[in-house]
Amino acid sequence: MAEQMATIYVMGKAYEVPSDLTIMKAMEYAGYRFLRGCGCRGAFCGACGTVYRTQDDYRLKVGLACQEMVQDDMYLSEIPFFPGNKANYDVEDLKPKAEAVLAHYPEVYRCLACNTCTKACPQDIEVMEYIQAALRGDIAKAADLSFDCLMCGLCAARCPAEIVQYNVALLCRRLYSRHIAPEAKHLEARVKEVRDGKFDKEIASLKAMDQREIAKLYDARDIEPGD
Amino acid sequence: MYYTKEMKDSMQRVASTREFRMTQELPLLDPVQKVDLLESYHPDFIEDVFRKLKVGPSKGTLTPKEFADLFEAKSVLDPEGFDLSTVDYDVDVLVVGGGGAGAAAALMAQEQGAGVLLVTKLRFGDANTIMAQGGIQGADKENDSPSTHYLDVFGGGRYFNDPDLVEALVKDAPEVLAWLEKLGVMFDKDSDGTMVSIHGGGTSRRRMHAARDYTGGEIMKTLRDEAKNRGIDVVEFSPVYELITDGETVTGAVLYNMETYDFLVVRAKTVILATGGAGRLHVAGFPTTNHYGATADGLVLGYRAGVPLEFMDTIQYHPTGAAYPEQLLGQLVTEKVRGLGGQLVNTDGNRFIYELETRDVEAAAIIRECSERKKGITTPSGYCAVWLDTLVIEEKHGAGTIKERLPAMYRQYQRFDIDMAKEPILVYPTQHYQNGGLKIRPDGETTIKNLYAAGEVAGGIHGRNRLMGNSLLDVVVFGRRAGIAAAERAATLKTPGKLTLDHLKRFHAELAEVGAADNRVAPMLLPEYRRPETIEKKLPVLP
Repeated sequence: MAEQMATIYVMGKAYEVPSDLTIMKAMEYAGYRFLRGCGCRGAFCGACGTVYRTQDDYRLKVGLACQEMVQDDMYLSEIPFFPGNKANYDVEDLKPKAEAVLAHYPEVYRCLACNTCTKACPQDIEVMEYIQAALRGDIAKAADLSFDCLMCGLCAARCPAEIVQYNVALLCRRLYSRHIAPEAKHLEARVKEVRDGKFDKEIASLKAMDQREIAKLYDARDIEPGD
Repeated sequence: MYYTKEMKDSMQRVASTREFRMTQELPLLDPVQKVDLLESYHPDFIEDVFRKLKVGPSKGTLTPKEFADLFEAKSVLDPEGFDLSTVDYDVDVLVVGGGGAGAAAALMAQEQGAGVLLVTKLRFGDANTIMAQGGIQGADKENDSPSTHYLDVFGGGRYFNDPDLVEALVKDAPEVLAWLEKLGVMFDKDSDGTMVSIHGGGTSRRRMHAARDYTGGEIMKTLRDEAKNRGIDVVEFSPVYELITDGETVTGAVLYNMETYDFLVVRAKTVILATGGAGRLHVAGFPTTNHYGATADGLVLGYRAGVPLEFMDTIQYHPTGAAYPEQLLGQLVTEKVRGLGGQLVNTDGNRFIYELETRDVEAAAIIRECSERKKGITTPSGYCAVWLDTLVIEEKHGAGTIKERLPAMYRQYQRFDIDMAKEPILVYPTQHYQNGGLKIRPDGETTIKNLYAAGEVAGGIHGRNRLMGNSLLDVVVFGRRAGIAAAERAATLKTPGKLTLDHLKRFHAELAEVGAADNRVAPMLLPEYRRPETIEKKLPVLP
């Protein structure tokens, strides 16, 4: 079976590539060796945000080059870096309120609620919804809605109000986790026990065992039931 | 998604056995069965994968050929003529690598008052840390203890682990979780603040903490944000190409700016290698879960400077790499899928191994199913795989669980029109982790003075097999330890060290003596994924 080919235009330049490849693999097939625009290759790092258009369609679409399949007559460009504003803060000193967000990112006030950011998100996150939640001071909701953000920057690149959504999102998640989510009391207690040396003797005796002794203990250990 | 007839028929068999499998109890293997399975099917036991190193401090030890090719290669720098007289950066602590270990090290070193520079090959945060999904271990529950954690780590590592390093790992774990919690990492918690924790392969207690299935991502983004807030200097796209020594101790490093193609000199009182793993070497031809920059650079640098390697003859293959669709080949299907009840099933619809054995055992069992037993499923591109029945999760925990607790996985498959809440997925082992690495002490220092290592580049902590959730823990524990120790050491060193490449002279001489190097150079920096046709036509006109 002959390989199905597609024509893609990388920053305007045409290449014939197999049509069952992702944009990233297609560009490598064409001869590109990535430096920027390629990170984890598995949709976790946000290095390969891509804007593209297909023929006879004026609309710009987005995707991650490592996940998005090529299409025939696809015009594409990676946006490997976006010089967005990043505020400096000490999360310890802040209160989980709208003021904390707006003091560091006053441009959030300028949100036009146009939803362009949401349309530009390759993770299908309700970006405008979380920006609006942050604006209302609903930090928990902003944290929850933005959780899957990869910080690729495509939202900010398209925002007419020049909001850097992904940095606002990270601030909200840190505010929520530090100041709203209840503390893990059992963790605090365990840290103290370790500091007080509660387990030192037990561990010292494990360390002193030869392989046979410790293997016997390991093979006999009881396993907590799963959930 | 397109399925062949073979795949469709097999899917029906998987569906028909599901009800039975829901209550089916499979026993853990006994120690003899385990060893037998590993020795028969795990790639670590296939002789042809390895060769003995001809040079360096671990001369004579077995190493995968892909690694040996790099350890026995030259530097492009000429140690006789290279000019180190212009110092571009003068710092107390140089952190090499922008993943979890590097970020944790930089934060702690700065907290001790050191002047810190973090350099990284790609972007700050482009690392295996950001891809880690399932979780981070820590014995923080009533029914658990650091000693129980110790036993799990040790047995999981087949009793080869360095006891002092394991002690550091399990004792620091609660404090590391508390540190991350305080920095604002969004852990999964119950309404009273109790951390949600589940099992991972080889855990005897439910000790796996998570931030949905973006655990490493959430940790990495938080640490990176904090480093930026605290004004730590970061230089991206500038890997270390060679360490600088005074002949004995480390005194700095040569950086290579990958965008302007020039070299820069860093003088540093101490250096921390936090360069991560090596999945992009594709040992024995396996695909990998690792990020683009995982090319063993730090191992090469440390080895040339004289640091011995530990356990380089053991690689972790994650049992469940995606096998279909081909666009996802090798990518991680998190162990959390099995932690939540997902089952491994062969083409007949039968389970063949208890799903929460350690990773080495799970991988060997899948390979056996596909090879000797011929019970695998063949994908359209000819790969063999087994099913991971994810529907069991929804049956057990209720509809919507997958979307809620495995959002990254769910989305990953949705992109290819596979709904893993309704269809099982196909998996096969993939190169995931380098169990071994540079030998370190519990404070992170290597055998070469003023040189530290932390994270995947270091070895000994996990023995011959790492458990899930102990890598995210390891990078933060040993990153922090190395950061503190390197800053404390730097504070005691008043006069700047002499800058030479004498260690490289010695290494090149050793290579010449045994005739090992051919024309190879290292570190590799980036893997090569262009077609051979393209590379053949490449002209050396522009770099």
